[in-house]
Amino acid sequence: MSMKKNYVVETIRKAQMMDMLEKGKRLDGRALDEPRKLTIETGIIQKANGSARVSLGNSQVIAGVKIATGVPFPDTPDKGLLVVNAEILPLASPYAEPGPPSEEAIELARVVDRGIRESEMVDLTKLCLVEGKSVVTTFVDCNIMNVDGNLFDATSYAVVAALRTSKMKKYKVEGDKAVSTDEVVPVPIERTPISVTMARLGGAVIVDPDAEEEAMMDMRITITTDDDGNICASQKGEASTISPELVLKAADTSIQVGRAIRSQMVEATR
Amino acid sequence: METEKKLMDEDGNRLDGRKWNQLRPIRLEVGVVKNADGSAHIEWGKNKITAAVYGPKEVHPKHQVLPDRALLRSRYHMAPFSVDERKNPAPSRREIEISKVIREALEPAVVVEDYPRTAIEVWVEVLQSDGGSRVAGITAASLALADAGINMRDLVVGCSCGLLGEHVVADLDDTEDKEGNGDMPVAIMPTKGLVTLLQVDGIYTRENFQKAFELAIEKGKEVYAMQREALTKRFFSSDLTSGPIEEEAA
Repeated sequence: MSMKKNYVVETIRKAQMMDMLEKGKRLDGRALDEPRKLTIETGIIQKANGSARVSLGNSQVIAGVKIATGVPFPDTPDKGLLVVNAEILPLASPYAEPGPPSEEAIELARVVDRGIRESEMVDLTKLCLVEGKSVVTTFVDCNIMNVDGNLFDATSYAVVAALRTSKMKKYKVEGDKAVSTDEVVPVPIERTPISVTMARLGGAVIVDPDAEEEAMMDMRITITTDDDGNICASQKGEASTISPELVLKAADTSIQVGRAIRSQMVEATR
Repeated sequence: METEKKLMDEDGNRLDGRKWNQLRPIRLEVGVVKNADGSAHIEWGKNKITAAVYGPKEVHPKHQVLPDRALLRSRYHMAPFSVDERKNPAPSRREIEISKVIREALEPAVVVEDYPRTAIEVWVEVLQSDGGSRVAGITAASLALADAGINMRDLVVGCSCGLLGEHVVADLDDTEDKEGNGDMPVAIMPTKGLVTLLQVDGIYTRENFQKAFELAIEKGKEVYAMQREALTKRFFSSDLTSGPIEEEAA
């Protein structure tokens, strides 16, 4: 069930929104390239190795990290496992329903996972215990608690915040087996990827669309950048086109907007 | 860099002998599935993919009807024997996501407003997969839509670029996709010069991002020439009753 298509925006709000966008303004008073207020709380779930509650405007996501040991994939015997998953809970929106994950939910989880994985945020080689036999497995599960647009960024920030503050047992290798010790260490974090999602409405391109804006967007693009301003993941969404010039402009916006969000993230998860 | 050396030698030759900006061999054939309203088969490197289109047809279930346009459905599916290890035939999360982005890549080119209250179905079956199967699938699917006589604004053609070490290269094969450092599938509407699919993974500097993106567009236009040729063969060959085109004359 598509969240976007079900969201009804009153005709008069639509007209007002489009009118203001033409003048470079938004209904909630933000500038076109201004994300909503971001709040990051960490360590909210004691039973998790790491956790975070992130609010981006009224969109709210809780991410929890669970760490254990397991068997590596055959094609990466020297790397630990990192799996990111997301579920839009039925309590999060009148349009969300229980049941198997929708196309949108699967895309959300995979796009967030891609940003974290491809940026090499976690050094997976440091999570290898016995090559081919035993590695550290890191599962990051995200519960979407309230839907108000741009779940891509809200979820991604929750994952980054939870991972950055995760602690795990230190393992030692005895022969062919990995055994846990009482020592607790942080997860090996190398980078801080930041995802920035933009939407096009009419002729305007805006950063961090809320649900109302998402209901009216005709194109969405998410670009994830790392600390050095490299581009590590992207996904264009919606059944529409984007000009090559706009792709490059969006890349620059993502680098620039991402920088400020990254400082806040690093500060909040120190 | 170890991977870089393995995937590309000092002279810039890749494992299969291609230069950085060379495509793998591509063969296209339109009208291969007799029952379908439109169909196409593509062989791109080791990729072997058949796409078929049914419709415009009645929408089932009825509540999915769109009053002002056609409902475009798509499914990207990999045969269990298409990869090294047998793939479970049930659709994976990867296939569900790719089905969605393929639909969103094709829909801007289809004049869906011309077929209100109908469904147009695009089935993409990967019989053998190499790197770049989603862009190959899109390339075949847009030919299948054209073959079905569906009104279109343009064809859609895809090409994937990526990174071997720090080097931008065109059209990654399976090994390069798995062992390389990044993959960027791009689909375009070639005569309009607009992008309809963009996915990125890997770590690109701003310069490499632009280089790979622009190379993908340029190479896509090369594949577009082959698409046109395949359509021309289908509809303007000397013997119009012969059906599917047989092997190309040498």
